[in-house]
Amino acid sequence: MALTLFRGIQTRPFLPYPYGLFPRKHVLFYATMKSTQTQTATHEKEQPLLKVSSHTHSKRLDNVSKGYEAIIGIETHVQLYTLTKAFCSCPYSYGSQPNTTICPICMGLPGALPVLNSKVIEFAVKLGLALNCKLSLNSKFDRKQYFYPDLPKGYQISQFDIPIASGGFIDLDIPVEFGGGHRRFGITRVHMEEDAGKLLHTGNGSYSEVDLNRAGVPLLEIVSEPDMRTGIEAAEYAAELQRLVRFLGVSNGNMQEGSLRCDVNVSVRPIGQLEFGTKVEIKNLNSFSAISRAIDFEISRQVLLHNENQSIQIVQETRLWDEGAQKTVTMRKKEGLSDYRYFPEPDLPEVILGKEYIDSIRDSLPELPEMKRRRYEKMGLSMQDVLFLANDINVADFFDATIDKGADVKLAANWIMGDIAAYMKNEKLSINETKLIPQELAELIASIKGGTISGKIGKEILFEMLGKGGTVKGLIKEKDLVQIVDPVEIERMVDKVIAENPKQLEQYRGGRTKLQGYFAGQIMKLSKGKANPVLLNKILLEKLNAKS
Amino acid sequence: MLSSVQNPRFLLLHLPPKHLHFATTKAIHTSQTLALSPSTSPPVSQILTLRHSLLSRRSTAVELAEAYLARLRRTEPQLKSFLHVSENALKEAAEIDRRIERNEAVGPMAGVLVAVKDNICTADMPSTAGSRALEGYRPPFDATAVRKLRESGAIVIGKTNLDEFGMGSTTEGSAYQVTANPWDLSRVPGGSSGGSAAAVSARQCVVSLGSDTGGSVRQPASFCGVVGLKPTYGCVSRYGLVAYASSLDVIGCFGSSVTDTGILLHAISGHDRFDATSSKRQVPAFTSQFISKDLLESKPLKGLRVGIIRETIDDGVDPDVISSVCGAACHLEELGCIVTEVSLPSFSLGLPAYYILASSESSSNLSRYDGVRYGNQVVADELNSLYGNSRAKGFGSEVKMRILMGTYALSAGYYDAYYKRAQQVRTLIQKSFKEALDKNDILISPAAPSVAYKIGEKKNDPLAMYAGDIMTVNVNLAGLPALVLPCGFVEEESTSLPVGFQMIGAAFDEEKLLKVGHIFEQTLRGCNFVPPLVADDFPC
Repeated sequence: MALTLFRGIQTRPFLPYPYGLFPRKHVLFYATMKSTQTQTATHEKEQPLLKVSSHTHSKRLDNVSKGYEAIIGIETHVQLYTLTKAFCSCPYSYGSQPNTTICPICMGLPGALPVLNSKVIEFAVKLGLALNCKLSLNSKFDRKQYFYPDLPKGYQISQFDIPIASGGFIDLDIPVEFGGGHRRFGITRVHMEEDAGKLLHTGNGSYSEVDLNRAGVPLLEIVSEPDMRTGIEAAEYAAELQRLVRFLGVSNGNMQEGSLRCDVNVSVRPIGQLEFGTKVEIKNLNSFSAISRAIDFEISRQVLLHNENQSIQIVQETRLWDEGAQKTVTMRKKEGLSDYRYFPEPDLPEVILGKEYIDSIRDSLPELPEMKRRRYEKMGLSMQDVLFLANDINVADFFDATIDKGADVKLAANWIMGDIAAYMKNEKLSINETKLIPQELAELIASIKGGTISGKIGKEILFEMLGKGGTVKGLIKEKDLVQIVDPVEIERMVDKVIAENPKQLEQYRGGRTKLQGYFAGQIMKLSKGKANPVLLNKILLEKLNAKS
Repeated sequence: MLSSVQNPRFLLLHLPPKHLHFATTKAIHTSQTLALSPSTSPPVSQILTLRHSLLSRRSTAVELAEAYLARLRRTEPQLKSFLHVSENALKEAAEIDRRIERNEAVGPMAGVLVAVKDNICTADMPSTAGSRALEGYRPPFDATAVRKLRESGAIVIGKTNLDEFGMGSTTEGSAYQVTANPWDLSRVPGGSSGGSAAAVSARQCVVSLGSDTGGSVRQPASFCGVVGLKPTYGCVSRYGLVAYASSLDVIGCFGSSVTDTGILLHAISGHDRFDATSSKRQVPAFTSQFISKDLLESKPLKGLRVGIIRETIDDGVDPDVISSVCGAACHLEELGCIVTEVSLPSFSLGLPAYYILASSESSSNLSRYDGVRYGNQVVADELNSLYGNSRAKGFGSEVKMRILMGTYALSAGYYDAYYKRAQQVRTLIQKSFKEALDKNDILISPAAPSVAYKIGEKKNDPLAMYAGDIMTVNVNLAGLPALVLPCGFVEEESTSLPVGFQMIGAAFDEEKLLKVGHIFEQTLRGCNFVPPLVADDFPC
């Protein structure tokens, strides 16, 4: 089949279906996610929190944009984490060999028909509810028509005039380091559609290759209201969406792999002006910091043009974020409105949602990030703690489970945000991938609080459990780590150390009281760190200062 | 031709009803249509005859296949109904013989040679849809209908000619060859399933599959004197049918008898998880209630309410065709039916609505022929010329015209005036059919406004050709089943040309249509629908 389909332009006989090939000379070149992958440094898995440290940058922006206001809206595409594609039974996994997860349906072969994967509806309803949207009980699919080699049917199955969900909002908290504060941004609509394939451009540029693995992968497109005003707000919006899809389990939300893609619309207007300025679309934003920086760049670019009376040069266009140069560059100018000739998809029946179906999904929704944050806040945690803990669903679940075992809220938060987070970062592991379980963290906290072990020993045990597992009780017993609180035993050790160090004792009594630390260290060493430090120092001081 | 039909702008006007009283047509019927030799016997089922020969070991599947293949080879140079003939037919027949020899069970279609329209995918043969855009294309899968046929023991004998992508009413729109009508080689077999109709008519195969988007099974059945069935939308899976207009397309059946057509329909119907629009209804045994002619009572269809659609026996329809159809109505009356005239006021709106909807959907469905993955790719130095040139070279003029019309109708600013309006008309038509079928068991009409015309006659007059679809398009818009049966002949230039009439049923009422059709066919006297070309093989 491979050979008959492509008449041997350049077939790859080891693949079930070969690449489609076509020559390219003056073809528009899209920078793919892949090409910029190496340039994005943040590793989202461990650092989903926004890392934009350059306060100076935004300060400079404030100076530039004085008197102007930016209007920002975001279109987000989320790849759904379904076992199979939207309209066929092909699996999809990022990074597979080109054209290995394709079939007649997602290749758009003549006679092939789409059949909807019901999980797509379920996930759309989940996200629609989570975004506080109104669901359309009767929606439908439409065809969006345009020609491009990565679009095998010549149309994309999408939703046009009746999206499955619309009119919602998303709540989020701006991190303290960016000024803090609660925000609510409007959600215009959420609709279902299919992804396109990918083009791979060859080195010499004489032809391009088509990889259809991604074609037909289900997407939800989420369109925000133009409610954001700064790059930080936009990046936080995207980060909250990522949290939401991960909490819901509808997507892995990975930006580097293109599972979560944001296109941003930016315009500026003088403060007080009612009508919007000309909007510019920015693509190729592969991280939250790229979103924030690209928008801030774009705002200053547009404001600068306004200030120079060159606002005529702000045209409706699509610009690309160039990560290397840290600026946006023109990709294509929009020549009038493109006409996608939408019409209802005749191959698919209408999507009809029953009330019971919606209720059952609503009942199954997990606690969402916003609810978690409000709950943690009520527990008395600081906003910094709240944001950290509610950022990652695994961390949040771990924290909740630890609390459930009776651990002190603040201490549990401190352990998780301190040593555990550091360990996860160093080892590049998620909290679930460590050997530590919430039950033992609670036990550890209780053991320290109860005086069974010192904080120092606690730390040792923690790292032992993170790496190898085991229980607090087991480790204490195994390593004989119970804190020595018996004054008699401590006194014995103090006597021994003082007896072994007559010279130092003489110097101490001669006035070098700093040597107390030396003695304490020696005693601690002798006790293998188990001596209760308070008791130890008390007895030591008594002995050192005693008149002999 | 209906003057109003030729200019779609006037189609929205109400046609003044012409009062054609039923009593007057009766006279025409008796004097003309049944004036042929009275000694002919009704058609027998080729499938049942063949099955009997096989299971009684009177003949082998190979012998039977050879007989058909010999006739095919003899007639094909004149007819050109096939684009591809299978090389495996005899091998497959031999396998059936081996099974029978070993007393293994064989399927209900064992040894039956089926021709398949070339817009239906077959994994072992090219599937071009009559287009250069798919020249040499071999699909990696069988269409569901073809798979089911093979599972029931049928042998796919070859792929039949058609108007490119099913767009046309004469089969002259094929990119490869022009098929002739077996009754008169200078005439068209109708279309777009002209190859499949001609192949059954000339007994090059036992039965065949066609596709019907606006009449592409029924009109050629009428032109070629065979039985043609357009099932309810959703009755037969469309998976593997190269899409023309997805909301209208159905795979249909051709046979030389109602029994064969019903057996074929049974073999291909049923829910298919690969077609989201296919119905989950239980498939009835369409032919199980058929009664042998000798056992029929004098009024076997007593009380059946038949409505003859007034708008179809009106101006613009060939008077000879009208008289044949009215003759058929009289025949039904004689069988006990209560025949009345019904009016479908929205009938004339069907044609413009159909051409807007079908063109719109086709402009989208045919986007995939871009030369990137299959079909001919023209070498170009930039993407837009690659698309433009590949498509310019791949598509014929009729296809290009419909893509342009459809693209226009869906364009921003025109959508409401064309596509949306046509959808509203479609709803209206569905409603008026429903009302008419609440009062009647079946509706009847001619299958086409004329008999087969000359090759080339309407080639340069697309509007005249489109107008020929007036009888059939409404049924597709309403998604209903319809059966076309030969009911008489019309003499043109001293050639007898068959005429078919159409019976329309309520959704999923195929069983009733076939039952009525069977009784009609078995009691129709004086008509032998074997064309002179192969008459020697089938003495009356």
